[in-house]
Amino acid sequence: MAVTSLAPSSADDPLAYRPVALVDLLDRVLGTGVVISGDITLAIADIDLVRISLRALVASVGALAPPDLPDVTPGSSVAVEP
Amino acid sequence: MRTTAETTPTADAPETGTGVWLHGVTADVDPATLSGITGMDAAPVRPVRAAGLTAVVSAAPLAEYGEAALRRNLEDLAWLERAARTHHTVVDALSRAGAVVPARLATVHRDDDRVARVLTERRDEFSATLARLTGREEWGVKGYVVPGAPPRTAEAAGAGGGAGAAYLRRRRAQLTAREEGQRIAADAAVAVHTALAGYAVAARRHAPQDRRLSGAATAMVLNGAYLIDRNGLAGFSALVGALADRHPELRLELTGPWPPYSFVAEPSAEPAHPVREPA
Repeated sequence: MAVTSLAPSSADDPLAYRPVALVDLLDRVLGTGVVISGDITLAIADIDLVRISLRALVASVGALAPPDLPDVTPGSSVAVEP
Repeated sequence: MRTTAETTPTADAPETGTGVWLHGVTADVDPATLSGITGMDAAPVRPVRAAGLTAVVSAAPLAEYGEAALRRNLEDLAWLERAARTHHTVVDALSRAGAVVPARLATVHRDDDRVARVLTERRDEFSATLARLTGREEWGVKGYVVPGAPPRTAEAAGAGGGAGAAYLRRRRAQLTAREEGQRIAADAAVAVHTALAGYAVAARRHAPQDRRLSGAATAMVLNGAYLIDRNGLAGFSALVGALADRHPELRLELTGPWPPYSFVAEPSAEPAHPVREPA
């Protein structure tokens, strides 16, 4: 499965590939990775800044693609989905 | 790259000059690996060697990558994506060539000397981490709730009380089913993670992704990362398949191979939930 910059998309369909999802990448490059105190970017390791970034990201994505997944509405019959 | 005296910032001076973006730390790197990739803003990537280690870096103009600029730019989705993908491309190339300790996004140093000093000061830690990561790679397994999997809570229909009461009963049943579904999915996530962690060299759980980011149809209950021996990949993949069969209440998704981003956190950082100490 050594496909450059691609990843298997699903255990159901291991032969299907797609580009690395940005959200998966950000989990890793922002949320983890070794924290080395750069001279300039000490604050970048600061959790508040990372949180702000992710909030902006949510807002940006939300603006691009408003959620079309209706939550449970009164009278609807399916209620399992959170 | 070294900043000159005139570009050394004072307290509130605007940031000028060029810093050094750290991509990752390796034992050594083949020049051919570096010549095939580019760093931030298409700058060449180059090695900084010290203490028997090699940091792979690229130039980072402080007007864009200085502290103030980064605070602004990290809020910009397009900028963040470009930076993350560029950084990842370098780290991924290094990872395919040998063990690498990936740097967190936006680790910028003033100059090469500072980078070299970090290598020297943290040599033992880097060397131990590189030894632990050699021959291994990270795989991700995400688990999503499958709607409708748990049984509905039975409740007598039309038990009287009029439309309002019927609505409230229905709503209560919905909420109960929803909580039950979440509990079942959460339990399954623990079971899947425990099984995968038992196979992996090390494992940790990231926070579940927001659906607005992931675009997933249902909630994520597992966002796991697993450090796997390269020769154990087939077994890991088979285990994921078996767990998917065993837990129809979850939809599992396998991603990778990743550079070992999730397994290099420094000891003082948030616990990485190691399940088994690396050999």
